[in-house]
Amino acid sequence: MRRATILLAVCITVGSGGLQIAIAADSQYPRSLAATCFTCHGTDGRSVNGVPPSLAGQNKDVLLKQLQEFRDGKRPATIMHQHAKGYTNEQLDLIAGYFAAVIPGRAALAPVPR
Amino acid sequence: MTFSRREFIKWSAAGAGVTAMSGCATMGGGAGRVVVVGGGYGGATAAKFIKLWAPDIDVTLVEPNQHFISCPISNLVLGGNAQMGDITFSYEGLRSRGIRVIHDSAVAIDADKRQVRLTGGDSLPYDRVIVSPGVEFQFDQIPALKSAEAQNRIPHAWKAGAQTVALRNQLTAMRDGGIYVLQIPMAPYRCPPGPYERVCQIADYFKKAKPKSKIIVLDSNPDITSKKGLFLAAWNGLYKGMIDYRPNSEIADVDIKGMTVKLQFDDVKGDVINVVPAQRAADIAVKSGLITANNRWCGVDWTTCESVAVKSVHVLGDATLSASAMPKSGSMANQHAKVCAAAVIALLKGQPVNADTMMMNTCYSFVSGDSAMHVASVHRYDASQKSILPVKGSGGVSAAASGAEAAYAWGWARNIWAEALA
Repeated sequence: MRRATILLAVCITVGSGGLQIAIAADSQYPRSLAATCFTCHGTDGRSVNGVPPSLAGQNKDVLLKQLQEFRDGKRPATIMHQHAKGYTNEQLDLIAGYFAAVIPGRAALAPVPR
Repeated sequence: MTFSRREFIKWSAAGAGVTAMSGCATMGGGAGRVVVVGGGYGGATAAKFIKLWAPDIDVTLVEPNQHFISCPISNLVLGGNAQMGDITFSYEGLRSRGIRVIHDSAVAIDADKRQVRLTGGDSLPYDRVIVSPGVEFQFDQIPALKSAEAQNRIPHAWKAGAQTVALRNQLTAMRDGGIYVLQIPMAPYRCPPGPYERVCQIADYFKKAKPKSKIIVLDSNPDITSKKGLFLAAWNGLYKGMIDYRPNSEIADVDIKGMTVKLQFDDVKGDVINVVPAQRAADIAVKSGLITANNRWCGVDWTTCESVAVKSVHVLGDATLSASAMPKSGSMANQHAKVCAAAVIALLKGQPVNADTMMMNTCYSFVSGDSAMHVASVHRYDASQKSILPVKGSGGVSAAASGAEAAYAWGWARNIWAEALA
């Protein structure tokens, strides 16, 4: 695993600039990107009551297309168009890939009330 | 072509402003010991995510309160649109993840010995400590509000709990035709839209239960600091004629017996008075030498949330010196926590730290019991400025408050609570 990460970093370094070295060097970069979405959509995209929708285990291409449509103003939204505009295409792709790889399973439980 | 790990580290660090690396890291068992001070939106979330992402790291959370009581949604309790039980949660979910939760207060961080000292006398050794202490009120700026008795008579209700109950009880006991006065501190303070949401919630309650009552808003700021157009739409629509908003109204003191707010050139009487004092990072940050800005806030490196003043100490949430356009919000503390958790894990394991930090903010405000609106922003680390900045073209506010957004706001609350505690 570590060797795979290192080789990836090296390959990209040969081809391009500094920022991408940092990205490639952190194998958890897609998780860090997706974690920005957890706040509203639940940990790993498992939404407590399904509002806003769970993202866990959704089809990657469908998710990515929805994110791009939000960003481009082609899909009606209350808030998602404003969020989607904050990410690059590459970042949206990694986010969609992360959630697609999560096993959907049961939504996260709400914390125990007092 | 292969590289040894050491060669790679040397090489990549030379090639870019990449990553902080930790050479040794672990003492004791497992992959290291993390102590988290403060179990609010920042600390509880950081503890959960370190354990979720690296179960071999030993995590201890120190929090004086037996229960987590949420500031977000607490304005709805004041308006009678939610109950204390809706915003009060146990820490059992974190315990069941294998996190040690200690109900005690941290009195000092000894960075040389790498220990957190507790009121009870125990010391907790750490490899990394995460401090998410929240805010302390600057009561010294309002002399008559110094005593606990005075604070109960004129509550702030800006930390949810007994203060929320005290203010709600005063509002329910108030006569119809009475005046509620809210005094707002100069920005920055915890939750920029919070005071204006509170005005909506209390107006909603008055409209239903005490329609002759009025609200006076004494704002230290020159204007409404967040979501101005959306709040004014509610005040001039739903609550027309009920709200008297007065900008540039900085507080000098209060007269408890006379139930009066003393401004520089004016006295304002009320039946219920709610003063939100100015704030700074809480005492543990002061005692631990973490304050770096204006004697109030803790400067951090936004790729790790590590203090710029003390090594191996990370600071989260409202106590931090906010970056450009970054609010002091529960959402933001949640985002700090996950950036910090990922960085702390990487540092303890000698792995590269992500230098392309992204954070996102979502703050919903309820303008009534069943209608809400939002402000949103996305932030990305800028290595040249050594700060995290709003991404151009992203973010914004609601077109209008709506029932749909009220449902999303409750969804946000349930999910962010589960992020921290489940």
